[in-house]
Amino acid sequence: MNAPSITTTAKTDTVSRNFDMAAAFKDALKAALITLGLSIPILAYKTDQSGADLFLTPRWGLVAIVCAIVFGLRLVIHAFTASRAYARATPSARQATEPVHAMPSAFQHVSRFAIPFFLGIAIAFPVLIYLIQGGLNESRYWVDLGILILTYVMLGWGLNIVVGLAGLLDLGYVAFYAVGAYSYALLSTTFGLSFWICLPLAGILAAFWGMILGFPVLRLRGDYLAIVTLAFGEIIRLVLINWVDLTNGGAGISSIPRATFFGLPFTAGESGFAATFGLEFNGMHRMIFLYYLILALALLTNFVTMRLRKLPVGRAWEALREDEIACRSLGINTTNTKLTAFAIGAMFGGFAGSFFAVRQGFVSPESFNFLESAIILAIVVMGGMGSQIGVAIAAIVLVGGPEILRNLTFLQAVFGSGFDPNEYRLLLFGMGMVAMMVWRPRGLISEREPSVILKERKAISGSLVKEGHG
Amino acid sequence: MEIFVQQLINGLTLGSIYGLIAIGYTMVFGIIGMVNFAHGDVFMLSAFISLIFFLILTAWLGISSVVLALFFVLIIAMVLTSLWGWTVERIAYRPLRGSFRLAPLISAIGVSIFLSNFVQVAQGARNKPTPPMVQDVIVLFQGASGYNVALSYKQIIIMVVTAVLLTIFWYVVQKTSLGRAQRACEQDRKMAALLGINVDRTISLTFVIGAALASVAGTMYLLYYGVVSFSDGFVPGVKAFTAAVLGGIGSLPGAVLGGLIIGLIETFWSAYFSIEYKDVAAFSILAIVLIFMPSGILGRPEVEKV
Repeated sequence: MNAPSITTTAKTDTVSRNFDMAAAFKDALKAALITLGLSIPILAYKTDQSGADLFLTPRWGLVAIVCAIVFGLRLVIHAFTASRAYARATPSARQATEPVHAMPSAFQHVSRFAIPFFLGIAIAFPVLIYLIQGGLNESRYWVDLGILILTYVMLGWGLNIVVGLAGLLDLGYVAFYAVGAYSYALLSTTFGLSFWICLPLAGILAAFWGMILGFPVLRLRGDYLAIVTLAFGEIIRLVLINWVDLTNGGAGISSIPRATFFGLPFTAGESGFAATFGLEFNGMHRMIFLYYLILALALLTNFVTMRLRKLPVGRAWEALREDEIACRSLGINTTNTKLTAFAIGAMFGGFAGSFFAVRQGFVSPESFNFLESAIILAIVVMGGMGSQIGVAIAAIVLVGGPEILRNLTFLQAVFGSGFDPNEYRLLLFGMGMVAMMVWRPRGLISEREPSVILKERKAISGSLVKEGHG
Repeated sequence: MEIFVQQLINGLTLGSIYGLIAIGYTMVFGIIGMVNFAHGDVFMLSAFISLIFFLILTAWLGISSVVLALFFVLIIAMVLTSLWGWTVERIAYRPLRGSFRLAPLISAIGVSIFLSNFVQVAQGARNKPTPPMVQDVIVLFQGASGYNVALSYKQIIIMVVTAVLLTIFWYVVQKTSLGRAQRACEQDRKMAALLGINVDRTISLTFVIGAALASVAGTMYLLYYGVVSFSDGFVPGVKAFTAAVLGGIGSLPGAVLGGLIIGLIETFWSAYFSIEYKDVAAFSILAIVLIFMPSGILGRPEVEKV
């Protein structure tokens, strides 16, 4: 695997630097024609409704623009691949004679500084925003966005245990999020339990459900496992909608008690948080508290995962991901390994769920549909399955990105005033997932640090093959 | 009794739509061993294509005969949906052969999200009601309680079209060289390639055929329910996948049989138990079948090779 590629210097004259313009042009034209065919009814005519009747609005201009974009992109791709093929065909002398060492990649150099940097930013975020925006009330939007992103970071890290480490594709992860949210909502509204009692309970209940749902699927793998978890996720959502006596159905549960600062409510009254600490009352105190709460929960998830990876169970997960049969032949108990992965992943989903309930003060089944599972999965996939920092970056980009785009006014000037990037968010998610699988199946940051190193660091053969070095 | 017969008719109609979609799942699974998660959304897309062309033909070109319009719509929708099926395979699945085992499924989920949101962005999020197409019914017999058991023309159209297309499809798979190549690839892709079969082309054609049958299902769905929205691909897709698994994934008669069974279960469940839980029933059947009888009714038991 590590053998140097065969020297091709003798053949370099066959790869010319100028790529075949005519062929590229023809191919781009073909791609544009296919795009035209694809967009004929769906893009070219928009169905609008007036009263009971539908009528069609033609939009051929849009079709022409899309076709032109595809044509141009295709040409650029051709030019790019041609120049890369040229570079490949003329290897440097060094490449031909030296064995390939697994040098720490550029990312690994950076990550040494990046992780403390990101952590520092995350901890100082409310303060920074306070200083930039110049006031607590002005920073509300940004702190809220920070909470949202961190929730997804936490969910991504939780799912990463199941998908990234154990290699079990779970399409129903949102079910455990729902179990956590409804646990807190029901326990607090019915029995009046406080958030700090409900949080561990929600985690335990979600882990319990993880075990229950994990048990029947032990024999399944790959695609079938994914589909069954999808079915379970949908069943839980449909039961939440239809079991009106318990869950109040589609209307959801509202007026869930807010979080307290270890017993001190965030109210303006005498015994409130602000009065006790001698501060002027501000609703933002609660938001900032929630921000640090989710940050702590997310870091706890990360910390536990990092430690678990070093334990036998974590190594068993990664072995299971690579080859289940080999794993079984080596005497690893795959039942326990899978169940712990499901249970621990579900537990963090449950924590995140109860946080979601306390933040919103309202839960309804519609927050837990399949799309939510798919978004979390997209975060894990794009971050690089198994990479913790990658998942965090993917969550920031995928959740924070559209929000930031929405605030860029020049985009509205380009695309018209009704432009809302959130509409296109899922469209881009879908494209991103496909592109990721095609170009970098191991994720944006395909850092695959071996957990166990014998004497010296070596490249993992699988990741080299997958990215075309092998 | 009357209700039973009526539900039987409704169930068979619904089941033939599911069966048509299920064939796409089962063929793709048989040949490359992946769950084409986006197939349900291809079906939804085809319903939109049919809707738009039906409007063009009736409102703009002034074709007054609904049956004639439906015939043209069916052909156009088949062609255009096939193009979508081909493109999806080419872009999202073909580069992934030989990648790790979850890659095609994740890519398919990406395609599924893309397609449903593409339609949402392009056509808007609201339900699209169609102009009424075929409304007449034949009253088969009247029960003692005065309940009419009716067979509507659209149900007849759906069943006849399904039967005709399945016959054509059966002929293609069993008798033509394309069908032979397809079955050969299903049995052993490497050997088929060694014997001079263009495997890539065969796989592409499998997707094209699957998409064409899904587009028939899409047109029939539109005819039957008269309304379509961008999110309509998911649940019928899952139900059709359930049908494919129930019938034995990889088996073509199994897919049709499974479709009919799922259609009947759904209608009878709605009629006799609770309509709210009909999707729960479908999802439960999916989970139960996958866990306890993954080879289905007509499927071959899978032998694990190491």
